[in-house]
Amino acid sequence: MRRIIPWILPAIFAAWVLSTLHHSPETGFHTRDFGRLPVLLNGRVQPLDSVARNTLLQIRERQSVGDLSATAWLMETMMKPDAADKQDVFRIDNFELLNMLQLPEAQKYYSFSQIQPHLDDLTREAQRANNVEDANRTAFQRQLLKLDNALEIYQRLKLSLCPPGTTDFAGQLAAYQQAIPAGVAAAQAQEAKKIYDQAALNRLLDFLSSYNDLSKYAYPLMVPPATGAKSRADWQNIGQNLMSVVHGNDLSPAVTDYAAMVTAYNQNQPAAFNQALDDYRHWLGEWFVPENRQGVQEFFFNDFEPFYKAMVIYVTAFLLAIIALLTFALAPKLSETLRRSAFWLVVLGGVIHTFGLVFRMWLEGRPPVTNLYSSAIFIGWGCVILGIILERVFAVGLGSAVASFAGFVTLVIAHNLSMDGDTMEMLRAVLDTNFWLATHVVVVTLGYASTFMAGLLGVTYVLLGLFTPLLKYKSGNLELGKVLAKMAYGIVCFAALFSFTGTVLGGIWADQSWGRFWGWDPKENGALLIVLWNAAILHARWGGMIRERGLMNMVIFGNIVTSWSWFGVNMLGIGLHSYGFMAAAFWWLLAFVLSQVALILLGMLPTGMWKSFRIPSGPASA
Amino acid sequence: MLLERLIKFFTSLRLTVVLLVLSLVLVFAGTLGEVHLGLYKAQTEFFRSFFIYWHPANAAWKIPIFPGGYLLGAALLLNLIAAHTSRFKLTRDKIGLWIIHAGLILLILGQLATDMFAVESQMHLREGQMKNYSESDRLDELAISDITDPKLETVVAIPEWLLAKKGDIRNNQLPFVVRVKEFYANSLLSTNAAPGFARVNANSGLGTALWWQQVPRETAMDRRDVPSTLVELVTPQDSLGTWLVSDWLGHSQTFTANGHTYQLQLRPERFYLPFSLRLLQFHHDVYEGTDIPKNFSSQLLLNRPDTGEHRQVLIYMNNPLRYDGRTFYQASFDTDNQGTILQVVKNPGWLTPYLACILIATGMVVQFLSHLVPFLRRRKQ
Repeated sequence: MRRIIPWILPAIFAAWVLSTLHHSPETGFHTRDFGRLPVLLNGRVQPLDSVARNTLLQIRERQSVGDLSATAWLMETMMKPDAADKQDVFRIDNFELLNMLQLPEAQKYYSFSQIQPHLDDLTREAQRANNVEDANRTAFQRQLLKLDNALEIYQRLKLSLCPPGTTDFAGQLAAYQQAIPAGVAAAQAQEAKKIYDQAALNRLLDFLSSYNDLSKYAYPLMVPPATGAKSRADWQNIGQNLMSVVHGNDLSPAVTDYAAMVTAYNQNQPAAFNQALDDYRHWLGEWFVPENRQGVQEFFFNDFEPFYKAMVIYVTAFLLAIIALLTFALAPKLSETLRRSAFWLVVLGGVIHTFGLVFRMWLEGRPPVTNLYSSAIFIGWGCVILGIILERVFAVGLGSAVASFAGFVTLVIAHNLSMDGDTMEMLRAVLDTNFWLATHVVVVTLGYASTFMAGLLGVTYVLLGLFTPLLKYKSGNLELGKVLAKMAYGIVCFAALFSFTGTVLGGIWADQSWGRFWGWDPKENGALLIVLWNAAILHARWGGMIRERGLMNMVIFGNIVTSWSWFGVNMLGIGLHSYGFMAAAFWWLLAFVLSQVALILLGMLPTGMWKSFRIPSGPASA
Repeated sequence: MLLERLIKFFTSLRLTVVLLVLSLVLVFAGTLGEVHLGLYKAQTEFFRSFFIYWHPANAAWKIPIFPGGYLLGAALLLNLIAAHTSRFKLTRDKIGLWIIHAGLILLILGQLATDMFAVESQMHLREGQMKNYSESDRLDELAISDITDPKLETVVAIPEWLLAKKGDIRNNQLPFVVRVKEFYANSLLSTNAAPGFARVNANSGLGTALWWQQVPRETAMDRRDVPSTLVELVTPQDSLGTWLVSDWLGHSQTFTANGHTYQLQLRPERFYLPFSLRLLQFHHDVYEGTDIPKNFSSQLLLNRPDTGEHRQVLIYMNNPLRYDGRTFYQASFDTDNQGTILQVVKNPGWLTPYLACILIATGMVVQFLSHLVPFLRRRKQ
């Protein structure tokens, strides 16, 4: 029985994860199937579900609108915009902005109908803010521009499928196709200065002018390339396809099927909607196999939410590991049970984390790190793996605690970074090289991960040492404090290896792409700082200049160096690696740095004030 | 006694740690410096220097307050070599450390060589245009060309640093002395007496109708200084006149002396190549439906008269052309997508980081394994 207890919680979580893979068939509109449809946006084929989720993350900072799933919201926005205008989807936090738009302060989310009366004011002020240099913008101006961008995306989404006010799009299409022959004849006659049918020409021109708007503003490109198109990437938006019919091109089956969906949706006829949807999926399955598969797979990934699940599991594991540590001496048996439970939870979280990481790589066809978002996912992953290894080597619960904490925090950071939009964005010219992404970027990111890991061990040491007697407790024949020191030292060796190799590989990439092994670019300097610091720690330790506590304080400082290199240099807004000024993140960085400084100061308090060192020796080992 | 203490000092690990921490501070300060000073100036002040100086605003004196990159690099190198020669024995468990540090020495020396010998320049080509030279992206030269013989052009080029010294410049090829009366490293010109501008004191050429102004040196990465200078050409008999030459003018001014026709121009410093490149086509590819750049590429025709080499080459992102000791990279392009800017680097030490990297990685793996394996074995027991 005692053997089984540690497995209960991991088993429950595993069951939870598996249960989310099963879905009972949908009644009503087949929203999930609609979400699987492939479209082209940001230069890549993706399912409508991704368009919906990424848009909502940008404008609402959530992946759903209350009970409405992202895709259901997208369907309403594209097919019944008048109803969508009443949904509270715009998140506005800035009071100045709320005042300008004369909106009540009590809400968190606002609808397009609420904002619409003041749209002119907003556009005018946004233009003014746009002329201010990025770094000099006030919080109000930044929020204003963010809202302006959100509104632009929203309005473009509304114009992606059908012209405003359309309810029976299928009927309208039929009328349009009927109007074409007479209208074209009239236009040709007019050109040849002959008598022409003014009414027929006007009828056609009316259609064309509204389709022209669609072609100009549509957000995703929803029409797959026509058979015989030059490239597989040659997608069109609906407006472009509609306009090209006048020139004798065929109307794409995509447009006919989407039109039937719009009509059925507005008439609230799920059966007709699902029929049109099935027809379209069938057609895609015949002609656009890879695109269709891409849509289905990415939909699965979005729907499974591996990183969210890993996050939940890590939190639980962390709590268990902490309780296990605190009950280490009081209730050794309970502690050991909890420790095992925590360890297997970390392993479960690690498996899901790894699954998500690998699935993303497979979807993108890229190495794991391509942008800041994926670097957070990868750093977390690296820390979790290191933690699992530490726990296997020193089975005292410390590895699990640190791994779950690092996994949780980095996934939270990743979640916040995902608010900028598509996290699988295409890579700009110089980055479009899997070789260097797989070598330099992966190795240097592992360097970040291991430096953070060492830092976390340092933090654990200081907190446990100051506030608990645990450091002097023995596990086997080693004191916990010694165990932590061994772990930290080992990880620093790892960190030095990875950060140095990664930095030099980066130099070689730079030499390959712009002829300079070292250009003192801020990001390069950041990586060099990590190398220098790890080297300093190792040499100080070899030279006997620092012992246990000194090592711990130095590795905590490593956290500051690494966070500077990971985020800080991006905020400088210069150099080849700059990703723009990240104002909000700046305060978080500052808070983090201050917290680490505080920990170092605590770490330097005389040993008489450390609970672990006040007691002559710990109680007998567990 | 003193020698012993000196040796002890230079071989100590304590010195290593101090130097590493100082380097950390220097790199951090240098990074911050780059925000205000621009990449180039910050590099010169922080990394390509022995000391970092501080001086009060407008003061003529300055005091060193922190060691610069050269000093720290040299000290680290000395420390490394001293420690190895005197302290470390070449034993089996130290072999990894030896390889790592040999790699480090190679890396530092290689970077020093790069710093001293590497020449970077740029080549701007419009589609269809051919050039047999690249140009400095920062420095100018005063070119005096004898164009009397239409078949043969003789050029005397005076580099910017020589102009900046002002005074008389003599050259055997020239029948006159170039007297630099004024030199502005960065300047503005005007066709009228706008505020801040002074009348150009020229009596020949275009400068007679212009006003000029000295402005602070450029710190932004994407802009360059535009120098102007006032030169008088003097023969033993008399003065030929005083000209304003400026990079702003964009073309040369012609005059005659001694029966020869000369052209006078201040232009970006040129580095001539024994071959020419002609831009056939420039491509700027974007991802479908976006303006995110996917690739930049330049299709070029390489023509080398002395060997008769005549072939097409393609340069694109992450794929430079290495030829004749120089490397040509896709660096930038014209906004109309019909011209390319290639970065041209001549760096005799370019291979050293590659070798150093291999050495250090090998050393680290050896060292790491030689500790990890016994550790794991102990734990197994």
